[in-house]
Amino acid sequence: MTTDALSDSPLKIGSHTLTSRLLVGTGRYDTMEQMRDSLDASGTECVTVAVRRERLYDRTGQNILDFIDSDRYILLPNTAGCYTTADAVRAAKLGREILRTLGNPGSDWVKLEVLGDSKTLLPDPVETVAACEQLAADGFSVLCYTSDCPVTAQRLKKVGAAAVMPAGSPIGSGAGILNPANLQIILEYLKEDDEDYPVIIDAGVGTASDVSVAMELGADGVLLNTAIAHAREPVRMAHAMRMAVDAGRHAALAGRIPKRLYGTASSPQEGVISTRPYGSQADEIGS
Amino acid sequence: MIDITVNGRPTQIDRPMPIDELLVTVEVPKNYLAVEVNEDVVPREDYGETIVGEGDRVEVVTLVGGG
Repeated sequence: MTTDALSDSPLKIGSHTLTSRLLVGTGRYDTMEQMRDSLDASGTECVTVAVRRERLYDRTGQNILDFIDSDRYILLPNTAGCYTTADAVRAAKLGREILRTLGNPGSDWVKLEVLGDSKTLLPDPVETVAACEQLAADGFSVLCYTSDCPVTAQRLKKVGAAAVMPAGSPIGSGAGILNPANLQIILEYLKEDDEDYPVIIDAGVGTASDVSVAMELGADGVLLNTAIAHAREPVRMAHAMRMAVDAGRHAALAGRIPKRLYGTASSPQEGVISTRPYGSQADEIGS
Repeated sequence: MIDITVNGRPTQIDRPMPIDELLVTVEVPKNYLAVEVNEDVVPREDYGETIVGEGDRVEVVTLVGGG
């Protein structure tokens, strides 16, 4: 098989085209250097950032923008920590202004997150749909964090989300893909009239196999943060995630074999030198 | 003195002043920041001419690590 036969189409979201299907967060690393090296190892082209109040008069810390190459990565500002439509819209506009002055192409998109519960960090579906509609009308490409509810996912697409991003499990939980059936329904519904409509699994993955499972379900990409940042060796986990997203994507494109209860022989049945001692049923079996 | 609110903190300034002047003590590069006055984003090009006065609520934000 030639390399061409293994090629893949890029992921298109709004005006952006990504070759890597892994989107990586920049929070919770021990050091800025560790974050920078992990992003590099992940192969990502798109990194999320949060909007927060500047510590005005006692600046002692480093600024994250000194550690993210704005020419290499498309920044994706989020509205994390917002619990209302109004606050999420404000955060999105502030993020857009910073990226505009930085000259980063991410100024036209936003990862919308409107939380409804501080313990589970599950989104508020009513506020999320309202904020998505407002931001889309204001010209944003909205990548919308949501639960694994297929009805909410459909509503978000309908009000103009550029991508719908259902959670695998609660943010930062590392619990993996808890409801693959719902994600499968979301993928089926949202891609019904447009197979390229982007659905990205956002949040909850704990390790590489979770990412592969998400991609094998047919997701267009995975967005993660804590699974890398809090791994014992973040840079190595970033490398693992890079391979996992590729493995899962190629497996999805290739198509898995159906699951069967009984075995089917990989080696020919004919010309076997052994006898079969277990009666007629055994005649059907080989290895 | 004039009472304003900056990032949620009551603050006093001696006279109405443009955003540029309000940010004079902020050490981060200005293109790392965005500014809101009374919940409206002020484009960076307008910092020199947008005057902050009595009762204004100012937010000065930057980007931090997040997922």
